[in-house]
Amino acid sequence: MGKPLISARNIKKYFHVGEGQLKAVDGISFDIYEGETLGLVGESGCGKSTAGRTIMRLYEPTEGELIFNGKNIYELPRKEMEEVRKNFQMIFQDPYACLNPRMTVEDIIGEPLDIHKTYKTKEERRERIIELLELVGLGEEHAMRFPHEFSGGQRQRIGIARALALNPKFIICDEPISALDVSIQAQVVNLLKELQNQLGLTYLFIAHDLSMVRYISDRVGVMYLGHIMELGESEELYQNPIHPYTRALLSAIPIPNPEIQRGRHRIMLEGDVPSPINPKEGCRFVDRCAYATDKCRQITPKLEEIKEKRFVACHRAKEFI
Amino acid sequence: MENILEIKDLKISFKTFFGEVEAVRGINFDVGKKETVAIVGESGCGKSVTANSIMQLLPMPPAFFKGGEILFNGENLLNKTEKEMQKIRGNKISMVFQDPMTSLNPTMRIGDQIVEGLKKHRKLTAKEAEKKAIEMLELVSVPQPEKRVKQYPHEFSGGMRQRVMIALAMVCTPELLIADEPTTALDVTVQAQILDLMKKLQDKLDMSIILITHDLGVVADMSDRIVVMYAGQIVESGLTDDIFKNPHHPYTKRLLASVPSLDMSKDEPLHAIDGTPPDLYIPPKGCAFYDRCDRALKICKDYMPESTQHSDTHCSSCWLNHPMAQKVNGTERREA
Repeated sequence: MGKPLISARNIKKYFHVGEGQLKAVDGISFDIYEGETLGLVGESGCGKSTAGRTIMRLYEPTEGELIFNGKNIYELPRKEMEEVRKNFQMIFQDPYACLNPRMTVEDIIGEPLDIHKTYKTKEERRERIIELLELVGLGEEHAMRFPHEFSGGQRQRIGIARALALNPKFIICDEPISALDVSIQAQVVNLLKELQNQLGLTYLFIAHDLSMVRYISDRVGVMYLGHIMELGESEELYQNPIHPYTRALLSAIPIPNPEIQRGRHRIMLEGDVPSPINPKEGCRFVDRCAYATDKCRQITPKLEEIKEKRFVACHRAKEFI
Repeated sequence: MENILEIKDLKISFKTFFGEVEAVRGINFDVGKKETVAIVGESGCGKSVTANSIMQLLPMPPAFFKGGEILFNGENLLNKTEKEMQKIRGNKISMVFQDPMTSLNPTMRIGDQIVEGLKKHRKLTAKEAEKKAIEMLELVSVPQPEKRVKQYPHEFSGGMRQRVMIALAMVCTPELLIADEPTTALDVTVQAQILDLMKKLQDKLDMSIILITHDLGVVADMSDRIVVMYAGQIVESGLTDDIFKNPHHPYTKRLLASVPSLDMSKDEPLHAIDGTPPDLYIPPKGCAFYDRCDRALKICKDYMPESTQHSDTHCSSCWLNHPMAQKVNGTERREA
């Protein structure tokens, strides 16, 4: 593995709501290495999308640092930030909502080029747009059409072309496939993988489809209520989950094979995810955990490396290896 | 096995500004007592239209029946008047919808919503109704049911709302439950809870279930039989094990291959199905999967494939499986 492309250090994002503070992301730290894909999984409301947006600085962080090229981008003034942002792009979840219905595909993909003025002549702009369209498996004939003329999978391709327009190094994919049909999901995931090999991209892949995340990611982080519970190499983590939450989460994935599925033992979690508003001190998972002790209620466990390349936030992690 | 529901050559279309959309194009299947039948397919393949047509919840117009029969306990539901349907809906056949956030009435207490159906179908005093509502919430494992019956939907989480939806559907102990993507909007841990609950209730109440979903994992978990739909038609149907182990239709094969399994290598690409399903404004003359099929023959373009029986329970509609078809190996597209 190379050197880290970005390093997140203790990033926090709180929102002020009527009842107090909603701690959507509550101190997460990790590195993402060049050319790798880091998957981020968790249930809805666990803060994975907020984490992605805070990393992009679409939300101003409450606390924390994000080191990119040796600089903390959260401290950069607006002008410099704009420069840095060329390297950071995002692919959104809903291919129906993230494209302006009144713009042609050419203008949608050309918008980042216009903003950063990366071309000298009109022809140059058009050439680049066609190049991008071809890169994502569309063609010149699609350039003058409007978003409503495309299917979900094709729209997601347009979103990807737009994200690639400025030759970014790092792309955050926020649930890029969850709005698509199974057969189309595979098309988009294959495309993302091809582009990664071709252009040397680094991905942060946010999703709740756990088997897809395992397939696309080199490493996976599991989030629960704003905390990272476990982080490790994906193969290892799926085969041998350590944190009680990861175990329950993985055992809940239905496997498309009736023989295996019928013989499986599921770890049922009782109850629901608690509210992230004014959370108590202690492990976030404590109320639903079968192994909770008094210590878990009082002290929030830190994310620690308990074996090679495996980080777990649990006081009793050593017992579970 | 006795069949509780039989669908025979059902055809449903929608009239639109641009013409007629043939959403369901002649499907046949049946559901036995205490059986779970899963309908699988991509969005737009007609699975929800089929489900809604059984309950006759389709807006008519624009929807209209072009032909066929829906036999429930031997009676054709399509001949029933609205009054007669109201006696069946919620009483004999119930439905659980996809989105628990929007299918409950936000201005009504949970308890009242649960017993609303029961009050329609049976005479109840207010006391009895409340007792019944509490009992139902207990049945679907909602904690503190006495307190919860008086609350409103916004006070419930997504998983809890889906439990309420199930309680609501179960209250009259229906013979058939239609679950239209019951867990799609939920997280996996909650999904596991809900599926578990549905199985338990099925055993307890002896219901049949029609499960509509696109999640093949859920299907493997829940169903006894599978019906695979594509572009308004059934392309393959059979026992769950047969479909997963020995799929015969190219679409079923490709659909199963397009989901990553937990033990596959990350280096091999996913087997995506190129292209998109056909437009049902102008349904294709031949096999609907022709454009996307890598094993298409010349005949597939012009002639609708006949159904081939592989065993008593397993059949598929593909020219390759036709008994007269030459046995050839290879996966290339052959168009002479």
